[in-house]
Amino acid sequence: MTAATAARPERWRPPSLFGSPGRRLAFWALVCAYLIWSLSTLNVDTARILAGLPRAWTILERMVPPDFSRWQLLLTGMVESIQIAIAATIVGAVLSVPLGIAAAANLSPRPLYLAARGFIVVGRTFHEVIIAIFFVKLFGFGPVAGLLTLAFSSAIFLGKMLAEDIENMKPGPVEAIRATGASFGQTFFYAVVPQVLVKTLGVLIYRLDSNLRHSTVIGIVGAGGIGQTLSASFTRYDFDFASAILLTIAAMVAFGEWFSDWARRRLR
Amino acid sequence: MTAHQQPPRGTAPARTYPDRWERYSPRERAVHWLWLGGIALAAAWSVSALDIEWAFFADAHEQAVDLVERMWPPRWSYLPRIVQPLIETLHIATLGTMIAVVFALPVAFLAARNTTWNQGTWLIGRAMLVLSRSINTVIWGLVFVAIFGPGPVAGICAVAARSVGFIAKLVAEAIEEVDAGQVEAVESTGATTLQVYGVAILPQILPVLIGTTIYRWDINVRESSVLGFVGAGGIGLLLYASINQFAWSQALVILIAILGIVIVSEVLSAYVRSRIV
Amino acid sequence: MSAEVQAAGRPRPLLAVEGLTKVYPTGKKALGGVDVVIDRPQLVAVIGSSGAGKSTFIRCINRLVEPTAGRVLLNDEDIVALDRRGLRAARRRIGMIFQEYNLVERLSVMQNVLSGRLGYVGLIAALRYRFPPQDIQAAFALLDRVGLAGYHDQRADALSGGQRQRVGIARALMQRPDLLLLDEPTASLDPKTSRQIMRLVRELVAERQTPAIINIHDVALARAYADRIIGMKDGLVVFDAEAGALTDAALGRIYGEEDWSSPQEEDEELPAGPAAMASLGMMT
Repeated sequence: MTAATAARPERWRPPSLFGSPGRRLAFWALVCAYLIWSLSTLNVDTARILAGLPRAWTILERMVPPDFSRWQLLLTGMVESIQIAIAATIVGAVLSVPLGIAAAANLSPRPLYLAARGFIVVGRTFHEVIIAIFFVKLFGFGPVAGLLTLAFSSAIFLGKMLAEDIENMKPGPVEAIRATGASFGQTFFYAVVPQVLVKTLGVLIYRLDSNLRHSTVIGIVGAGGIGQTLSASFTRYDFDFASAILLTIAAMVAFGEWFSDWARRRLR
Repeated sequence: MTAHQQPPRGTAPARTYPDRWERYSPRERAVHWLWLGGIALAAAWSVSALDIEWAFFADAHEQAVDLVERMWPPRWSYLPRIVQPLIETLHIATLGTMIAVVFALPVAFLAARNTTWNQGTWLIGRAMLVLSRSINTVIWGLVFVAIFGPGPVAGICAVAARSVGFIAKLVAEAIEEVDAGQVEAVESTGATTLQVYGVAILPQILPVLIGTTIYRWDINVRESSVLGFVGAGGIGLLLYASINQFAWSQALVILIAILGIVIVSEVLSAYVRSRIV
Repeated sequence: MSAEVQAAGRPRPLLAVEGLTKVYPTGKKALGGVDVVIDRPQLVAVIGSSGAGKSTFIRCINRLVEPTAGRVLLNDEDIVALDRRGLRAARRRIGMIFQEYNLVERLSVMQNVLSGRLGYVGLIAALRYRFPPQDIQAAFALLDRVGLAGYHDQRADALSGGQRQRVGIARALMQRPDLLLLDEPTASLDPKTSRQIMRLVRELVAERQTPAIINIHDVALARAYADRIIGMKDGLVVFDAEAGALTDAALGRIYGEEDWSSPQEEDEELPAGPAAMASLGMMT
């Protein structure tokens, strides 16, 4: 057998992720080109940054150790954030039911479906902070604006999830219950609700956790909660208090996430 | 029709069957009521403490209509003014994500039980994940603006700081689920730890790494649009200014532009991720 | 009711299907005018190749598929002409059993069986699971009859395929129906379980004196358990007689020409042998 042994290659390169060395080169060239372009067009005053580094170090020094002496303020802010998160999740959940049903292709008439889906797409695009600014402008500073902001974005998120659950429902059990002569309401509660309930509860808990995170941020634009406390402390250069607040936020969010994982696991 | 089931003829005499049935035992029902009660309590507590002026809601829809009227039509003449900040927003998102990937890889190895040095390093890795992920990008923005002063550098650092935890957590989970057989095979050839990571683990987690990075980039585009509110660069500053000056039609143009880049980035991200799997 | 029919001495059909037609908007004609009369409690098997219209026929009877034309008379009442409320009342009298069992998987066996009575209780009672004591007793008795005594609190998705189908049968029987419809009830089951289910259905038909129409693709099962066989082809009935009268010639009319007595052949040949091995470059 000679043909196979004749031309054994001397070198071997592993197959590239990109399919060919040419494409890989092109990719890295693109990356370098992008870096050069972006860094040059960005308004970066490198001299100032470098000059600011010792200042940065000073600030970091001042952040440690964190100052918990004003813990009542911390507590108030934290409690307010938690309240906003809980209330917003509940209001958002209520609003999401009609929205989710309207956005489900297998339940809703076409024009309504398209309108609901369009509303969801636009609503999802905007960051909670942007929505918060609008509500602050309309309803003034304070936790009410925060509640409305998060309720709005929760309704959009939960509505989308609900619509997807309804669309992914198994039609078989629904057909079977219909075939026994059940009414629409009975069919809904016997065939639809059991299929979507557990997943919906899980999503609700997840959203509660998300809202807790977001409630810390929207305070920066004046929508209440611990974000406002944080923003104020930075403005006043109270860096040690600021780091205390940051640690509190981290702890609160971490706890929220742990609770969310635990509750969702128990649901199974 | 008979009132209850007759047993088949010719078989044993009629059995008696229970005529009551409860889905949940009393204990289970008590637990359900406790949960419901707890939730109701939490709801009442949170809504009551929040001092809501119900009068506001009476004319809320009028306010909304009024707002829409002021916003429409959008002031398209403002568009050229926002092109540069929009590009800056994209740069912040992209550069921030790039930096994040570089740091996320080592942190992921630290935070994965099968590649970390010892219990202590694992805890350090986990702590870094928690710290990075608990603090929102915008809050990181506040921190970095205080440190580096206003401008896109603060924004890039903020994006990177938040994204490291996000990417590293998912990559760490992928590392923990790596096929141990492949790792053992490479180890048994006498390779160094880094070689093992590079040859046996990295190829397995590469799809997750790339997919997660692109997903995070997409989220970061959205987050970068608001970093300007705290002075960390991008189009957020212009949006904030427009809203504060009640320049609603201007604000609408900015919102439409943001809508545009977010949708484009989502489509791009979905497309690339579908090509990877 | 079959008892009343026998008592009255009039040969009134239990089910009479006249000119049942179904044409889909795409123009596809699934049923081209089907006439079937069932005048006594019997197990009727409907056979035919895919697309012959068997499933459409069954589903038109309780209007899960809306017929384009024709009448379906259950105890002299035309189901096709009924309004929504009338249809619900009629559906209560028809029990249906599905190929994929169609149980609500997260609910318990008992909840699934009781849902057969939904047509007879109000919404509030249904939500609170307040079914009459007779119904509860009947449910337990039925579970015992289908061989699932003690399973009432198990979640439906914890059961095997055969067990789930038995729950489906119990649910249908809870309605105390005048007619049973079965849409490929054994298609998802292994051969042994299939025969157990068919045996159970045949016993129940005899015990309760309720006719059953069963859509089935397994000709051997049909022959073994059905009293009467209806063969469909291209939306029309081409055979309708006792099970014993199903000859190979008749099968040829229903399914098209085929050698019915020889065992099935392998369709594909696996590559093997030196030619294939060489193509993998393994030989030197």
